[in-house]
Amino acid sequence: MSSDIQIVLPEILLACFAMVALLFAVYTSKDKMTGLLTWATAGVMAALALMIAGGEGSNVAFGGMFVDDAYARFAKVAILLAAAAVLVVGQDAMARRGLARFEYPILIALSTIGMMMMVSAGDLMALYMGLELQSLALYVVASLNRDSVKSTEAGMKYFVLGALSSGLLLYGASLTYGYAGTTLFSGIIEAANDGHVGMGMLIGLTFVMSGLAFKVSAVPFHMWTPDVYEGAPTPVTAFFATAPKLAAMALFARVMFDAFGNAVGDWQQIVALLALASMFLGAIAAIGQSNIKRLMAYSSIAHMGFALLGLAAGSEFGVQAMMIYMAIYLTMNVGTFAFIMSMERDGKPVTDIAALNQYGKAEPLKALAMLVLLFSLAGVPPMVGFFGKYAVLNAAIQSGMTWLAVGGVIASVIGAFYYLRVVYYMYFGDEGEALETPMSPAAWAALMGSAAIMVLGVVNLFGVEGAAAAAAAALVN
Amino acid sequence: MNNLLSIITFLPLVAAVILALFLRGDDAAAQRNAKWLALAATTATFLFSILILTGFDPADTGYQFVEEATWIMGLKYKMGVDGISVLFVMLTTFMMPLTIAASWGVKTRVKEYMIAFLLLETLMLGVFMALDLVLFYLFFEAGLIPMFLIIGIWGGKERIYAAFKFFLYTFLGSVLMLVAMIYMAMQVGTDFVDLAGHKFDSETISILGIQIVGGAQTLLFLAFFASFAVKMPMWPVHTWLPDAHVQAPTAGSVVLAAILLKMGGYGFLRFSLPMFPAGADVMMNFVLWISVIAIVYTSLVALVQEDMKKLIAYSSVAHMGYVTAGIFSLNQQGVDGAIFQMLSHGFISGALFLCVGVIYDRMHTREIDAYGGLANRMPAYALIFMFFTMANVGLPGTSGFVGEFLTLVGMFKANTWVALVATSGVIFSAAYALYLYRRVVFGDLIKESLKSITDMSPRERAIFAPLVFMTLLLGVYPSLITDIIGPSVEALLTNYHAAVPADAGMAMATH
Repeated sequence: MSSDIQIVLPEILLACFAMVALLFAVYTSKDKMTGLLTWATAGVMAALALMIAGGEGSNVAFGGMFVDDAYARFAKVAILLAAAAVLVVGQDAMARRGLARFEYPILIALSTIGMMMMVSAGDLMALYMGLELQSLALYVVASLNRDSVKSTEAGMKYFVLGALSSGLLLYGASLTYGYAGTTLFSGIIEAANDGHVGMGMLIGLTFVMSGLAFKVSAVPFHMWTPDVYEGAPTPVTAFFATAPKLAAMALFARVMFDAFGNAVGDWQQIVALLALASMFLGAIAAIGQSNIKRLMAYSSIAHMGFALLGLAAGSEFGVQAMMIYMAIYLTMNVGTFAFIMSMERDGKPVTDIAALNQYGKAEPLKALAMLVLLFSLAGVPPMVGFFGKYAVLNAAIQSGMTWLAVGGVIASVIGAFYYLRVVYYMYFGDEGEALETPMSPAAWAALMGSAAIMVLGVVNLFGVEGAAAAAAAALVN
Repeated sequence: MNNLLSIITFLPLVAAVILALFLRGDDAAAQRNAKWLALAATTATFLFSILILTGFDPADTGYQFVEEATWIMGLKYKMGVDGISVLFVMLTTFMMPLTIAASWGVKTRVKEYMIAFLLLETLMLGVFMALDLVLFYLFFEAGLIPMFLIIGIWGGKERIYAAFKFFLYTFLGSVLMLVAMIYMAMQVGTDFVDLAGHKFDSETISILGIQIVGGAQTLLFLAFFASFAVKMPMWPVHTWLPDAHVQAPTAGSVVLAAILLKMGGYGFLRFSLPMFPAGADVMMNFVLWISVIAIVYTSLVALVQEDMKKLIAYSSVAHMGYVTAGIFSLNQQGVDGAIFQMLSHGFISGALFLCVGVIYDRMHTREIDAYGGLANRMPAYALIFMFFTMANVGLPGTSGFVGEFLTLVGMFKANTWVALVATSGVIFSAAYALYLYRRVVFGDLIKESLKSITDMSPRERAIFAPLVFMTLLLGVYPSLITDIIGPSVEALLTNYHAAVPADAGMAMATH
């Protein structure tokens, strides 16, 4: 028992911190504590990330319900760091919008615990608990701006559709349980010894995948994404676009390999289809967007498609590629959103892309950083974003899915257009009303840091490759 | 010096970073500093690159000055030059200082302009030196970014359309190449030496009921072809080039014509022939015919142009037609001629775009009808312009003649009909080039606005001097080049003919 506690210690610590912080804020001066709480939460998260990074080996707790392996650790470190970064970066923007509520960092912490549970899940029940803890906290932060119709609408939409997807997932889980006789992944995997699952379980598998596809916002379960991205306050959108995406993607791979790893052929095609549809829809639908948050929503759909390409490969190398891709994706998005949340005019947030007209002249350095990030998002070398694409394409081709890779690269050309359009406004556009982008030092550092990583990472990817390889090896065996 | 190639490649980048980080302000002094630093960096790069030429051993057909280091994802950082690439490196380092000098009149965002060009030089040099597939792709693609910005920020009225078209066309072409590269990397690895030594599957395969002769090799060939044909550019995917040329600033056009277009031809020589000989053999006649279509068609299109830059752009497409036809003649004269033609076109078309730049700087129009009778007030300009017009036509004594002649000989040996059609291009090129020259330079100086036009300044003359020298030198002493490229080309063709089954290769008979 004590060793079980040892294994889930990081989650327990974060949960305790969240509860203590809640009590502390309620009994003191509430919203005035937000700044302190934000930094404290971020600090605790960073410390936990360090603690988790030092872990070793594969440990199982509570009879297999909770798995702590290199794969989970990689995901958790990325989730914690991304959540901490988004909190710190967004704090100033939240304050300027009058949204500096003390609940925000606490809810983010709770949601992060959910994500950590998700990536460590070894059982359908543990999976569901983690997923719901994450989602419920996210539904609330989506409508954090209570007085805004759009924000509450976003929260409502997210909640209703999220509940639907949870239903799908649960239904699939119950079918799986029915046919496998257990909710433990290690038991489910036994049910497919001959390389295929039975018909009943196949239906269960499909429903589980639908639920998971909703969480990663893969087409055709993506409809909520643009609306929620647009409606939620920008710092919250930044959070949606980063940590939960990685958590959901990691969970997706976890379920596919740990529970259905003996029937790769059964789910591979579904994932391939999800990937292809996401890449194309994300690329094409973004072309018409004039709101940068909606554009980033479609961009994230396309990026999820590429990450799924790695999963579709169904190999260890594919998982490694997927994790590299997601780590790069997180880094790019933190920087990009640090910029987007600072866009304003006369103190009011602006999300129109045309507002960026001639920004390159007004703020050459920030514009240059955005230029780097946009080309990286488009996957143009030598930016690191290219290596993410290279890795997943490589994985797909190695698994004999050349057609999927060809589809992917064509989608990436279509997608390049809308990133270039933003560059066009920044550098080639006509003079317009000036855009202000006041940034806190933290946001500035995030923007510049992430741009610098996109350029300097070309040397050795900052070692992500090795960590991702260890993670993939732990998952696929 | 073991790192000579890396030093040469990254020297301009270092200068660009220094400019970006340490040069503050946008006043006249800062602008002057930016220009001088860029000029100094590109000149230093050129001087360093002379060391390559002096240390290069033409008899050795392998890669020389090789540097190798491990990189990420099982890739290598490997650089080297052989007889085919070394002169492209020299062309790049030679043209860049002239390009910078030709940009002395830039007024807006001078610092960024110089950074973009320095960055571009690093990337172009990297393309010609990289010996690892992904490293090559990285340099090849990254070059799009500075060029996109150069056209988009400092270009003409329709620059946005041109910049997007340029970027998306070339990007679409090269992503297919990326897929092929990954396939190759999976089979063999990413090292050029291994790849050239590997025989990819050439058994006929059937995909979706379509028989593909040459199998995987043909598919790989086509994937690379998609990229290089766009870059070259070959008819019918050349339409981005006139737009990009017309809208780009003068220096951008020069770089585009003189160096960027050569990447396509270089790619054919580096990948298509040595790595997919069976595929090349299958596609040979197809490429020959679309090359001559390009020569005839774009020459005719050039005849009716009203915009000087557009005319020269179409003439470039026609001249690149000789290059592709020469390469796919698959014999020594053809390939030698193709490389020669690329180098010579680098000097000549670069100079022609500079010629347009000279009068554009004065009159701010490129309409041919806006000029006439310039010989009266600009005798020196008329002389220089005539020299390069003649070189473009292929007058014996200039380098243009040697390139055209060799490629035509090569074509004749490979396919007489192709040579027959291609030769008509020589006449067309004389027609459009002389027609342009007559309309701009000869006649009476009747236009009011031209009455006060001034002849070339000493700076402009100094820019043209090296180009005139090189064009003449290569025209009268072509073995300067053929001695360097000859052995490597011979080795390339020997390997090619060894790899292609004798009954399938019609080029064998003529070798």
